Amino acid sequence: MQITIEVLRRENAESAPHWERFSCEADSSATVMTALIDRNAQLAAEGKPVIAYECSCLQKKCGACAMVVNGRPCLACDAKLLDVQKKGVILVEPLRKFPVIADLIVDRHILYENLKALHIWLESECIADGKQAELAYEASRCLQCGCCLEVCPNFCPGDTFFGMAAFVPTARLLSELPPSELGQLRRVYRKHIYEGCGKSLSCRNICPAGLDIDKLLVNSHAVAIWKRK
Amino acid sequence: MQIVNIVGAGLAGLSAAITLAKTGIKSRLISLQPSERAQSVLAEGGINAALDTMGEHDTPENHFADTLRGGVYLADPNAVENLTYHAPEVLRWLEKLGVPFNRTPEDIALRNFGGQKLKRTAYAKSSTGKIIMHALIDEARKCERSGLIDRMPHHEFLRLLTHEDTCIGVRVRDRYSGKLYDLHGTVLLCSGGMNGIFPGMTTGTTQNSGDVTATVFAQGVCLGNLEMLQYHPTTIGIAGKRCLVTEAARGEGGRLYIERSGEKYFFMEDKYPELGNLMPRDVVARTMYFIRREPDTGDQVYLDMTGLPENAWKNKLSDLRQELMHYLAIDPKKAPIPVQEGIHYFMGGMDTDEEHRTSLQHLYAAGECTCQYHGANRLGGNSMLGALYGGRRAAETILFDKPLDACQVQIVEGEEPLAEPASPAWIAQVSQILLGGLGIVRNEAQLTAALDALYALRPQNPREENRLHLAEAMLRSALERRESRGAHYREDYPEKQEAFRKMTLAEYNGSVRISFRALPERRHHADHN
Repeated sequence: MQITIEVLRRENAESAPHWERFSCEADSSATVMTALIDRNAQLAAEGKPVIAYECSCLQKKCGACAMVVNGRPCLACDAKLLDVQKKGVILVEPLRKFPVIADLIVDRHILYENLKALHIWLESECIADGKQAELAYEASRCLQCGCCLEVCPNFCPGDTFFGMAAFVPTARLLSELPPSELGQLRRVYRKHIYEGCGKSLSCRNICPAGLDIDKLLVNSHAVAIWKRK
Repeated sequence: MQIVNIVGAGLAGLSAAITLAKTGIKSRLISLQPSERAQSVLAEGGINAALDTMGEHDTPENHFADTLRGGVYLADPNAVENLTYHAPEVLRWLEKLGVPFNRTPEDIALRNFGGQKLKRTAYAKSSTGKIIMHALIDEARKCERSGLIDRMPHHEFLRLLTHEDTCIGVRVRDRYSGKLYDLHGTVLLCSGGMNGIFPGMTTGTTQNSGDVTATVFAQGVCLGNLEMLQYHPTTIGIAGKRCLVTEAARGEGGRLYIERSGEKYFFMEDKYPELGNLMPRDVVARTMYFIRREPDTGDQVYLDMTGLPENAWKNKLSDLRQELMHYLAIDPKKAPIPVQEGIHYFMGGMDTDEEHRTSLQHLYAAGECTCQYHGANRLGGNSMLGALYGGRRAAETILFDKPLDACQVQIVEGEEPLAEPASPAWIAQVSQILLGGLGIVRNEAQLTAALDALYALRPQNPREENRLHLAEAMLRSALERRESRGAHYREDYPEKQEAFRKMTLAEYNGSVRISFRALPERRHHADHN
């Protein structure tokens, strides 16, 4: 099937965005990411500026290629052309809640800054007994791609509420730390995660890793807010 | 002030940075993308250590012997001894960082993996790399907060800064601002494998372009064992790449077969009754290659996991099942899946001594970018161990040698020729030529033809030129190793030759030179504790 892809391009943060269109032939496995890779090979051969994007694993395990495809945030390597096209057209834009660097690249460093602000690390050694291994495993799967923040009605970069991308790594610590070491984490959890969440749970359906957010929330709220540990 | 510039933020880089931070030495963690996107997150099946938690009387000496034998005796035995004897300690450290490994009621559970008779591979379902990385990133964040790690994502390595035979820093480009910087101080390269030499043909990431290795080679850093490419037996083709089907699928009971005269022929079990489907990867990949070419067999090998117990799907491979259903629309619980060999790992790379020093003073290397630990074939479960332990060992060596007393950052004005990338068309051309010579089965005619084709190419910029030298070194290493060993199989020299039990060394000094270096004898360490 012939597909038309329109990419919202801009040379840098200051320049005005414009749509650039190209066509490609889509087979059953081709994704938005492979279409962009092929397009760049073509642009490079023609001596034209290539499309700036980030990508790494090509199998939805690293979160690098998060972008907005036909209005929905997703990983470009997971967006099959035939599945996401609407009447043969696919619109590709950068994530909107982060500053644009160029074309489809956005600066997601706020994700990491928020985790630093929450003190997401173990101060002492973890004593493994395996009881919470399933929860810690699930929480460790977060890609830090930012798709959840893109759809969150309550998240705005720089605000007090840090969103699901900060909640999930916090959930690992809440599952692993003994109650005696939870004081500080409980305080920041309430302030930066619990109180700002409007429970729309739009993040639940958008997560490319398919994280079991309900399960993580139930446990983390129980530990951090209701002090059941 | 002392600072260590670590290029690469995967397992090796993180392990090194955390080790340095423990002693109060600061490091810059320089990478194209943050650790969360490093290739290490793709590692699946597990990490080896003779923890002996399964009642099989495993020992580090067994792990040592299996690793050396699996690498067909081409690895430095002293380095392998360091690796395998320290492996249990590495695993206990990960446990303390909160890595949620699968467990028995008492301890870390271990699974079977290729080339090893005993259960030795610790795992977190089949997403072990991702889960370990998460814990390491948390630990690195703690060091970041105390100012001992400076994460520098979106910075691209361009070249080493050198003075005579000494490395004094790195030149990088901020991909966000386009600015160039010279970062002074000791350098540790943890830049991963050379997937980008074979775009679309490997199981790795697009970030590991091979440019770091190509550049430092052109700058005089010696490389070793470049002919040793690991073809993983079980990969599937997905958009833009080969996707790994973890060896854990066979570790948990998956069986390889091909159709022969209308029946399923479980060829690995027939040919290798002892280890069967869990022979080392080079043997499995080669057997698959040849079995497809037999007159009475089909041309597709299948991996049959339909006999796996329910517990394996529920607790050990649930993520693999989801992945296969997503990409192949086949439920591996109900039907066999078609698999094929794919380039998965580079045993060759920067030549380092046992302590991770390269041929250039004040330049160190660890992880997949080196040729350390795995010899002619890497055992499954040893790559994450090699990266974690190697990163730590390199950091300890840097501390022992004392890092350079330099930390300044200089903005570079003007042009840097290495900032211009190799063109995708050029990369594809070189890749095609290399694949013609460096398949699973090789011969002199193919290698010579590939070299001739390579010599006919005309590079258009320095990065293309560097890739050309690296490609030449790979082909000539394979040409000059006139024997078969591990991943290097020459149909014109099908036997292993004791005379070639030497490391292949590649050097560049205006032209590529290939030589062989004898391996050290094993020293017997009195005590590893």
